[in-house]
Amino acid sequence: MKRNAALAALLVGFSLSATSAFADSSITAAGSTALLPLVKDAAGAYQAANPSVKISVSGGGSGTGINQVNAKAIDIGDSDILPPATDPDLVDNKVAVIGFAVIVNPDLKIKNLTRKQIQDIFAGNVTNWNQVGGPDQKIVVINRTRGSGTRVVFEKTVIAPEKVTEGGLSEDATGTVISVVKQTPGAISYAAFSGTHGQPVTEVAIDGVPATEANVITGKYPFWSYEHMLTNGPATGEVKKFIDFVSSNTELLAKNSFIKISDMKASETNR
Amino acid sequence: MISSIARRSHRNERIALSIIRLCAGFVIFAMAIILLYLAVEGTKTFFVDHFSPLTFLFSPDYDLDDNHPGAAIFIAGTLLVTVFAIVVGGPFGIAVGVFLSEIAPKSMAQLLKPAIELLVGIPSVVYGWLGLTLLVPLIRDHTSSPSGFSLAGAGIVLAIMILPTVISLSEDAFNSLPPALREGSLALGATRFQTIVRVLLPSASSGLAVALILGIARAVGETLAIQLVIGNATAFPTGIFGPTATLTTVIVGEMPSATQGSLQEHALFSMAFLLLIIAMVLILLVRFALRKRT
Repeated sequence: MKRNAALAALLVGFSLSATSAFADSSITAAGSTALLPLVKDAAGAYQAANPSVKISVSGGGSGTGINQVNAKAIDIGDSDILPPATDPDLVDNKVAVIGFAVIVNPDLKIKNLTRKQIQDIFAGNVTNWNQVGGPDQKIVVINRTRGSGTRVVFEKTVIAPEKVTEGGLSEDATGTVISVVKQTPGAISYAAFSGTHGQPVTEVAIDGVPATEANVITGKYPFWSYEHMLTNGPATGEVKKFIDFVSSNTELLAKNSFIKISDMKASETNR
Repeated sequence: MISSIARRSHRNERIALSIIRLCAGFVIFAMAIILLYLAVEGTKTFFVDHFSPLTFLFSPDYDLDDNHPGAAIFIAGTLLVTVFAIVVGGPFGIAVGVFLSEIAPKSMAQLLKPAIELLVGIPSVVYGWLGLTLLVPLIRDHTSSPSGFSLAGAGIVLAIMILPTVISLSEDAFNSLPPALREGSLALGATRFQTIVRVLLPSASSGLAVALILGIARAVGETLAIQLVIGNATAFPTGIFGPTATLTTVIVGEMPSATQGSLQEHALFSMAFLLLIIAMVLILLVRFALRKRT
């Protein structure tokens, strides 16, 4: 009995010391897979400069980020969209602007689609590529799962007032979407520049406006959003420092195809 | 001296027994909590959001922005995938069970058995990944399915996953038959095939039923492997090569992002509760089949 008590005390002691060692220098962030590459890179750079800080970053989707930070399970909830008004405790910290691209399988040789054509494809009214100037090939629509911020931005900025059909396939992360579009003939989907730039998928121009950072900055290209790092209550201490680090690091922003907020000429607060 | 040893062993026994009771009590407590929690959360769709259970079970309209929590598509998906898996994997598994118990030479059976048991240990995500990289392109290139994500793909992956369960349990069913059955049949002049089909299969039927039911239970609950190959489309499949979704895939896909207290969360809990009910019904069926045997 005595031995067991000693063992228990030892275990408790261990776990206490383990938590106290990390307690005030650990940051957890999760959510949007569009923002993920930037946060990952920034976490690496920040930890290299501040070895006492431990930052763990994961994906899960914007909905997951909002949920988790609302439940105080994480410090920072990454999101492509504003938190719902029903969560008054959440503080929005805009860190960057991201453009999104409508992507198609490269074998289709399609370079441009009108907004109307995109709406028809995702609403299920058009089912073959030859109806929109492509080859005779069935269209495979790949959606994002409900809870994806990218999907919300897509519906709001490109598809509205139409609705996305539920009949299409759906995949739950930026990386998966790109690899499925790459290997499926006739596939169309959408994802953030941070995932699509430089990948073997075609980023189509919308109404003749190519999917580039320059066109997002001027507001000519409609499919973009602010990236948000939400905190439960105002950000303080290392969390605040890290968020500022993400939004101000010009080099990492550019490397991951994000746009610095101060560079934006177009502005739209409700994104 | 002796009495002190006796007293000590008495005391040890009491302690051991109370620890065992505590463990048993804890298991029952945990089960009750899980059941209660799922029952409370899983019925909020009906009691808080006031949807009829019939709407939930039979409406194919799953659009939470418009307040439609119909789960018929996912229920159909789960049933179809399970039926597919058991139709493909069931007879195959029982045939291998017969082979191992009645036909294979002992040395071969000894080699095959561990190999089959190894199949159980492969994590389901690995099955799903193999399905995604091997089966999906195969179906895409050789069938009418433009993407390759399909009910059939998920069914085939599941059929392979339930094989070890069906094989081991059906082999046990045959092994537990009294040798006199085989000897009697052979002595009456029946061939080995006639013995297996006319005598052993009917006698082992309740054991085989258990094998199939546990296979079905495994198939109903499988999540990750299916999610990777079924396409996760909120629509009834257009054929066996069409994409769809199941109860488990929609739960795992949406639960992390469902807002607490929302209709979406309630609907997902209702689906989880439904899965639990299906599992309990299957277990009751197993008990029923086993009782019939004895």
